[in-house]
Amino acid sequence: MSQGKIEHRKYVYGIYSHETNFLDAIKSVQTDGLTVDDAYSPFPVHGIDDLLGVKETSLHKAGFTLGFTGLVTAFSVMTYVNTIGYPTIFGGKPFWSLPAFIPVMFETTVLMAAVGMFFVYIKRNELFPGKIPMIIDERTTDDKFALAFAIDGKSDDEVSKIKSALQKSGAEEVNTKSFE
Amino acid sequence: MSQVDSLLREPLINGVDKTYGKITEDIVRNTEGNPPKDWWIAFGFALAGLLLYVIAVSWTIFKGIGVWGLQKTVNWAWDITNFVWWVGIGHAGTLISAVLLLFKQKWRTGINRAAEAMTIFAVICAGQFPLIHMGRIWQGFFIFPYANTRGPLWVNFNSPLLWDVFAISTYFTVSCLFWYSGLMPDFATIRDKAKSAKRKKIYNILSFGWRGTAIQWSRFESLSLVLAGLSTPLVLSVHSVVSFDFATSVIPGWHTTIFPPYFVAGAIFSGFAMVQTLMLITRKVQKLEDYITIAHIESMNKVIVLTGSIVGIAYITELFIAWYSGYLYEQYAFYNRAFGDYWWAYWSMMTCNVLSPQLFWFKKMRRSVFVSFIMSIFVNVGMWFERFVIIVTSLHKDFLVSSWNYFTPTWVDMSIFIGSLGLFFTCFLLFTRTFPVIAIAEVKAIFSSISEAAQAKAKKEGSH
Repeated sequence: MSQGKIEHRKYVYGIYSHETNFLDAIKSVQTDGLTVDDAYSPFPVHGIDDLLGVKETSLHKAGFTLGFTGLVTAFSVMTYVNTIGYPTIFGGKPFWSLPAFIPVMFETTVLMAAVGMFFVYIKRNELFPGKIPMIIDERTTDDKFALAFAIDGKSDDEVSKIKSALQKSGAEEVNTKSFE
Repeated sequence: MSQVDSLLREPLINGVDKTYGKITEDIVRNTEGNPPKDWWIAFGFALAGLLLYVIAVSWTIFKGIGVWGLQKTVNWAWDITNFVWWVGIGHAGTLISAVLLLFKQKWRTGINRAAEAMTIFAVICAGQFPLIHMGRIWQGFFIFPYANTRGPLWVNFNSPLLWDVFAISTYFTVSCLFWYSGLMPDFATIRDKAKSAKRKKIYNILSFGWRGTAIQWSRFESLSLVLAGLSTPLVLSVHSVVSFDFATSVIPGWHTTIFPPYFVAGAIFSGFAMVQTLMLITRKVQKLEDYITIAHIESMNKVIVLTGSIVGIAYITELFIAWYSGYLYEQYAFYNRAFGDYWWAYWSMMTCNVLSPQLFWFKKMRRSVFVSFIMSIFVNVGMWFERFVIIVTSLHKDFLVSSWNYFTPTWVDMSIFIGSLGLFFTCFLLFTRTFPVIAIAEVKAIFSSISEAAQAKAKKEGSH
């Protein structure tokens, strides 16, 4: 499974109509000794990550780190403002009062974590407005599932081996697609 | 399939002919072609409302807030009522997507997209009121804490009004991100269905170039889950903070410790009512009855009767505590609410929010489209009155009898409120024609598990 970065330009892919067949097909091609380069589906298919060996993302770690940064930032700014920068008496209360800081600290934590994670997410998933994506088959966002294998630099023998493995796995169609 | 679906429950998607392709078609269809005549009529009304809003707000900014019905005694009225009302409505969307996601309530998939859109538009409406009620809107940036050349003059971090700035802006941002991350795959579906190159290009930009590979979906699910986890306390915090605006004051009728949970329950209550209103119309106009089913409507009605009853308990608790406190001013504030000059507002609130939702204890009522629609309007009205009652009745008879006064709104007050509805519906109507109003990918995911369960059932029944 390629982790995001795509250098390949030519693919052979098989099309499936049902997620059960799709999952069975992954097992079938894997027993034939092939490694799936890309698996496309119109919705998240449960159990696919384990089959393909997709590593669990570390997005939540980014979220935690950024959220913690937000918490510390809010706390430090408020501490600075209320003790050094602009200490002001409001209703005789202490300058520095932790309970009054909690709402802002909480909101800043959530804000930084969510915004940061969103940006990490689009960066890792190579998404940005106006990107021209490599779509193996337009039906994969509608009702079809696809398994794709990169074939650049592969011999005809190897390619036909992939094709027959896909046929064997129950693919309804086996097609070739090249990107410019 | 890791989840097990109960076959005793009603299906979340109706219709015998459903396939993944049909789901796409049913939902994408509404974004294609020219809008129907009904849509244009509704859009015309919404635009007229928006125009009224622009006129009334411009007049307010030009002349100052003296054009409202405010006076020395009642110095906060419709502006803050509208603000709290809109923020409350803005609670259902993220609650449906985040809290119901964490609780694995699959029925949320039919309504979460539109509910989140509603949240965002409602918060947009809400956010305008604190700004325009400042009077000097051009100095609105003073609310942001940044090192400035005015001293530096910092904001008051101890003030709930400032917490509100943080709460509302965080809530708006996080809701937008949550909504948009879910929209990307669905925009890709529209893109790949598009016939014209221009349409393809626009939806590709909107989809951020989504491809739908296993690794993208894996990250997508991870992001949704963490955002849901972050949004859940956020939803509860927003209206708690809004309630602090009142609860931390010293005004009898406002300084009540039950305000945070009471406001949150009220917000969910009014939010679900508005979702109900919008969904009942949308499913009819866009022919989405198979996806937003009677079971969905019933589930929402259950939330409405629950939160409505919590609100009812809060009202009664307030009365009890006012009496039990032995504090004369507190007692008078509540006596005055129920039997004073604004008795009509108080009893409208009680009828709409506490009494009428009790109808939903009856299954027949919960499952009636007509009753649900009427009730949702009742709740929307009742919740507006709740905020009006809390704000105006607590102020109009203040500590000095000579300054007691009655608040009467002017045409500007009314126009701004009606106009904000115009702003809201303009946004919502545009949304229904350009965005997928139902989360396509999520519905397909639950459809796949349902169909598997149904197959298993058919097999089992066949073997008997």
